[in-house]
Amino acid sequence: MAHFEKANSLNEWLDQRLAVNTLRRVLAKEYWIPKDINFLWAMGMVLAVTFGILLVSGIFLLMYYQPNVATAFDSVNYTIMQEVEFGWLWRHVHAVAASVVFLIIYIHMFTGIYYGSYKKGREMIWISGMLLFVAFSAEAFSGYMLPWGQMSYWAGMVITNLFSLGSLEVNSLVEWIRGDYVPAQAFLDRFFMLHVLLIPLAILALIGIHFGALRIPHVNNQKGEEIDFKVEAEKYKAGNKAASKVIAFANDFMSKDMFVVAVYLLFFFYLVFWHFNFAMDPVNFDPADGLVTPAHIYPEWYFLWSYEILRPFSKDIGLIAFGFAQVIFFLLPFLDRSPNAVPASRRGAFMLWFWIMVVDMIVLTAMGKLPPEGIFSTIGLVAAVVFIALWVALPFITKLEKKC
Amino acid sequence: MNQTRRGFMGKAFGAVAGVGAVGALYAMKKSWDPLPSVKAAGFTTIDVSACVANKLIVEKWRGKPIFVLKKTAEMVASQNEEQAARDIVVGDDHFMIAIGLCTHLGCIPAYREDKKDFKCACHGGEFDFAGIDTLAPPPSPLVIPPFKITGNSVVLGEEGPEYKKMKESGVIA
Ligand code: FES
Repeated sequence: MAHFEKANSLNEWLDQRLAVNTLRRVLAKEYWIPKDINFLWAMGMVLAVTFGILLVSGIFLLMYYQPNVATAFDSVNYTIMQEVEFGWLWRHVHAVAASVVFLIIYIHMFTGIYYGSYKKGREMIWISGMLLFVAFSAEAFSGYMLPWGQMSYWAGMVITNLFSLGSLEVNSLVEWIRGDYVPAQAFLDRFFMLHVLLIPLAILALIGIHFGALRIPHVNNQKGEEIDFKVEAEKYKAGNKAASKVIAFANDFMSKDMFVVAVYLLFFFYLVFWHFNFAMDPVNFDPADGLVTPAHIYPEWYFLWSYEILRPFSKDIGLIAFGFAQVIFFLLPFLDRSPNAVPASRRGAFMLWFWIMVVDMIVLTAMGKLPPEGIFSTIGLVAAVVFIALWVALPFITKLEKKC
Repeated sequence: MNQTRRGFMGKAFGAVAGVGAVGALYAMKKSWDPLPSVKAAGFTTIDVSACVANKLIVEKWRGKPIFVLKKTAEMVASQNEEQAARDIVVGDDHFMIAIGLCTHLGCIPAYREDKKDFKCACHGGEFDFAGIDTLAPPPSPLVIPPFKITGNSVVLGEEGPEYKKMKESGVIA
């Protein structure tokens, strides 16, 4: 057995058994962050905090929610909302966080795209981040099912129907996923399991990988400058903090991170207390009914852009376009052929690409919410084609980019 | 330790784990199949004698809405071959019976009595009164469920001779 000395403090006692000092050093005190980054780099921390909020509020909802087609609706809309003290709070916190988390994810993603933070050794950060996006999407979708309202039911119907793979008509696969011919008890039970256990586990694992992927390439910075972290860290450790281009994650950078988190939380709780309705679809306050479709089915705002890419085309082409939209972001590090990991503003045509992409996705989002008629379908179709064209053009315009 | 012996242990473990993994995956796949009770509840009998022409009736079979539409004499007379092939004839009456889920993404189209067609609100698809798709995105006609005609009733979930005939002639894919 290893040799143990008598410990003089709790810290020392723990250090001998858990190496807490080494952990603190590696994870916080000597984890180096470039000085030259702005508040957009705090979105990772904002996301981590939001995930924590989702976890805690989810646990409180879980204690009263009943995954049964006969009682699910009332357990949410009556028991939790009316009977459980502060039940409304957990529900509104959970719903608002589930919606806002996507806003932050999109900001986080587009920050990464703008500053080229997916390139040159940072590919795994990007890919693990995209996997997190997919896991969060699955988590959001499965959670949306649980109140068993009209939108839940029909969203479940429409999304699982996608797995019949268009004209291939693989209905047995759809029935297998549902465990029934239509969304019913088996469906609710298994999506409940996915929502409270399997997907959160996957998310936790992916967060670990995402953080781990940062350790070696380190985070990018505002100018895209290549920093020698070893040299800069030595300066910092020698006490020359002003000259060093890096600072320690804790407590130096954390203070800035947490400031952003504090501002965010003010905004977040403002939404929870005064504007929670945006995260609740009115149609979902009708109990699920397999014999009545709501007049107009649309997903939550964060899925609208990819929904709109599916919608204007015929069934099979729509499905292919939709699949394209889901996977194409994964390939970004490989489709961008320029080695410049600098802000888009210094990259010429890429800057145009970036802003057209942002605007196009906003247009797709707006069209996805509007009924699919007349001019809206046309705009939606154009926007969907532009989206695809942008990705096709990306390798060419980035290839032509000069090294800067 | 002897390397070949270690190699053998590795391979033996691999074999056991492989068999175990295949077995576990098979069990997992089967666990998600629809339960026997779900499958057994898959029959519904519809009495069509009380139907009124050009009035849509919606029944439920396997949790899905079933459209039952008795056609008027003019509707029957105006039908082309493709539409007529989908008729389900009970006694002297002609019916359209189909699963009331849009073949695009599964919304329930609404019947418009004046226009004698179905409109799907979700993405604007349309079907005629025989259930044939007339306006995209739906890629195919409304699905005719397996049926059997007995007297004045239609039993859904069972393949009767009329259904089999439709299948042979290619009306039902
Ligand atoms: S579900 Fe009917 S048109 Fe799309």
